[in-house]
This record gives sequence, structure tokens and C-alpha cells, in this order.
Amino acid sequence: MPNLYLRQTARRRWLTLIAALGLLVAGQLWLQLNDRQAFMGVWAGLAWLVHNFTPDAAAWHDLPTITYQLWRTIVIAIAATSVAAIVAVGLGLAGAATTGRIRWLRGGVRLFASVMRNFPFVAWALVLLFSFKQNDFTGFLALFLMTIGYLTRAFIETLEEVGGGAIEALEATGARYWPIVIQGVLPAAIGGLLSWVLYMIENNIRDATLVGMLTGTGIGFTFDLYFKSFRYPSAGLVVVTLIITTIAIELLATHLRQVLTH
Amino acid sequence: MIAKPLTLTRAPQPQKRPLSRAQRATRLLLLALTAISGYALVTMHTDHLNWATAFASFWHNLQLMIVHPHLGQDSWAALLQAFANTIALAMLTTLLGAFLAFFLALATARPFAPKPLALAMRSLMAVIRAIPTILWVLVYATVIGLGNEAAVVGLTFHSVAYLTKAFAEAMETVPPAKLAALRATGCGFWLTVRHALWPEVRASLLSWTFIRFEINFTNAVAVGAAAGTGGIGYNLFMASAFNFDFQEVGLIVYLLLAFAICLEFVAVRMRKHLTH
Repeated sequence: MPNLYLRQTARRRWLTLIAALGLLVAGQLWLQLNDRQAFMGVWAGLAWLVHNFTPDAAAWHDLPTITYQLWRTIVIAIAATSVAAIVAVGLGLAGAATTGRIRWLRGGVRLFASVMRNFPFVAWALVLLFSFKQNDFTGFLALFLMTIGYLTRAFIETLEEVGGGAIEALEATGARYWPIVIQGVLPAAIGGLLSWVLYMIENNIRDATLVGMLTGTGIGFTFDLYFKSFRYPSAGLVVVTLIITTIAIELLATHLRQVLTH
Repeated sequence: MIAKPLTLTRAPQPQKRPLSRAQRATRLLLLALTAISGYALVTMHTDHLNWATAFASFWHNLQLMIVHPHLGQDSWAALLQAFANTIALAMLTTLLGAFLAFFLALATARPFAPKPLALAMRSLMAVIRAIPTILWVLVYATVIGLGNEAAVVGLTFHSVAYLTKAFAEAMETVPPAKLAALRATGCGFWLTVRHALWPEVRASLLSWTFIRFEINFTNAVAVGAAAGTGGIGYNLFMASAFNFDFQEVGLIVYLLLAFAICLEFVAVRMRKHLTH
């Protein structure tokens, strides 16, 4: 018998490997890729990047503009995430199994969160650009709409971790709904909620470049402008500042998350 | 004997407990977030935006998208082919990324890699991750030409850096005693990897790869729209930014939404299957 078992697992292992390779080949054939060109391009691209994107003297003159746009982008990404977090706390309370008192509303909130989470953000950016034109508020709204679904879902899970036991105990003392939520559930969950907010801020600052390119705002637009007018050294300086900012924020967020949840 | 009169003294007031480190951090963070958000909202440049018309037009377009999705310039065949392209792109870059990341993670994870190498790999991957995917694609579109190759190389770059970090963290959870036991029996490097490491991390590697597939699908759409490298993202961009045809935008959104929700369903099933 063990022999048969081993044979079966071995066969399954081979099948998985062949399936993965098959998918690779199928994808590559479907896209009609020129593998040689792509492979050679990897090194050519890196060489090109180092050669063209190294900031020169002229690029340093653009530094004030770049840092200003970067600052605006970070601030707006934080604001969009924070405002989304306030809305998501309300939705999370209505959607969590422990605090949501209305059954159909719980289902509705979950459905809303799922749709918003999976709504392609490119569509948000483009539709918002049409109505709100090219300004800070467009970027703010795009990030806000992108964040709300993720945060609602994460908040529902975090709030449910507080557990029904604590809520039942408070109910037994005669406490009403809002005191239970404000003095019992939220203080117990705040560390977890804030960790999620930090995670989303980090993510949104990464995504802000792309959103900015699509909506013509912030650091993404600055990069696009330099790149399309062939001012590569300045574009390179944008990339350098982005790398520094992203890594700094990642380190800060990781540290804060550790402090918050211990 | 006369009892000593009972004097009612006030119970000692409980001293205000000093805040813990976590509580102080919470208050500070809440304060900082409020201050920054307030500053951002007050100083936002809105360039004489007419709020009423802007919101009315946004609402109108949203209705067009959601209630009246309709074909526009592109035929069903063209849309579905572009859609398949995007899925193929996401799948290919995820598989490639996972394959490369497995070996790079071996050079990054603590139980296998020497310290200097691990540190160097970690820093390199952090830098690659810090550069947005779209920039990689734009650069490669310039060097090897606009097309699927540029998108594949650009998306793979970011996937490799992301998965290397995730895989290395998963590998570091394997109890070192297990690895040491196999080494003690004289197993070489690859045998240890195959029989001690792989069975432990297989499930978590699979679920990280799936998460990355979801991310790459979103990125493949975005890259098509912002760099013009093809796929459904390009159709989405043309429909809304060039033809202002929000009915077609709605149709594409429904297509993407359906696929993404299927993926989410699979992910939930997979997580249940893996944890049992």
C-alpha cells in the first residue's frame, strides 16, 4: 500500500509541474513573445536606466519642485486613507458579526466592500478625471474610493476578533449599544485598526504614482512630464526620491505596527 | 468598652496609571493623522472647481457605467481577446516571478544564506520594490519597444522582488532544528531543501503566489492604461479618456469585476483547503 501512495503522490507532483510549465508556455505563445528580445532587453534596460536616469546638475534645479510634489502626494495619500478609515469604521461596525445588529445591512456592507475592493482603480481614476478635471481633489477621491473596500473588509475582521464574549459580558452589566462599542469594542480593536491604516497608507503612497499619472496630479504627473519631454535625469531624480520615501515609510510603518500591536 | 468611632476615610484614590507604550503610540498616531489630513484638506488646490456640476457629472457617468453598460468602438471579440491578453500577462509574470523568487529567496532566508549575502539581497529587493511597476514598464517600453515584452519584463521585475521577500519570510518560519537534523544525516543542500524546507513552506508559497496573481492582474490592467502596452487596460483608457464612452467603460468594469470576484472566491476556498 505505501508503494501505491508514493506512486500516486509522485504522479500528482509531476502533473502539477507539467501543468505549471504548460501554463507558462501557453501564456507565452498567446502573447506571441519574442523571448530573446525580452531576455536581452532586461540587461539593456538596466544599462539604459543607469546611463540616462543618473541625475545631473540641471536635474538638481528641479529638486524643489519634485520634493514639493512628493510632499503633496504623501499628504493627500494620508488624508485619503484617514478619511476612508473613518467611513470604514462605521461600515465595519455595521458589517461585523459581533456588532452589526441588522442582518440585511451586514450582508449589504460585505457585498459593498467586495465590489469596491475589486473595482478596477484605473476606471475610478479615468472617470474622476473626466468630472473633476486635473487637480488634487481628483487624486484624493481616486485613492479614497480605492481604499474604502479594503479597509472595510479588514476592519470587519479586526472587529470580529474582539469577540462576542466581551460584548456579552458588557451587555450583562446593562450597558447599551453605543457605550459598549465606544468604550469596549473600539479601544480593544484600535491597535489592529491602526495597523491596517498604516498598511494602506504605505500601499497608497506606492500606488499614488500610478494614480497621479492617470489623473495628472502629484508626483506621478511630475514624473510623466519629465519622462515624456525626455528630461531623463530629472525623471531619475524623481525615482530616487520615490525610493527613499517608500523605504523610509515602509520602515516607519513596520516599526509603528510592532509598537501598536504589542 | 466603647468602640472607637468609625471614621469614614476616603478610599485611596487610584493613581492614574501611566499610559503604556502602545497607548502613547496610538494617541500620537491618531493626532498625527488628524493633523496631516486636516492640513491636506484645507490646502488642497481645487482650481475653482464647480462642485455641483462636478458631482452631478460624476453621478451621471457612474449611472451610465453601472446601469447602461454597452459595447462601444470595440467588438466583443476584440474586448475578449484583450481581456485574455491581460489574464495571460498576469499569469505568465506571476509564474515567472514565483520561479525566480524561490531561488532568490534561498539566497535571502536566514537559515540558508550567509549574513552579508542575505543583507545585500534584502536591500536590493527593497529598492526594486520601491520603484513603482509602471516605471519599470515605461523604461522597458522605451528600450525594447512598446508591446507585450515590455509589460512582461516590467511586471516580472516587481513580482520577483515582492515574492522574494514573502518567500524568504515564509522560509524563516521553518524550525532550524529540522534543517539541522537533515544536515546531520549527511544530506546535501538540495536534499535538505527538498525534504525539510519544501514540505513546510509549500502551502504558504502557494498562497503568496496566488495573492501576487491578483495584484498582477490589477497591475496588468493599469499598465495597459498608463503605458499603452495593450490588454484590456488600453481599451479602458481609450474608451474613457479618448472616446468618453462611459457605457463601454461600464462593460469593461463588469468584465474585470466578474473575474476579480471569481479570483476572490477561489482564494477563500484555497485558504480553507490549505489550513485544514
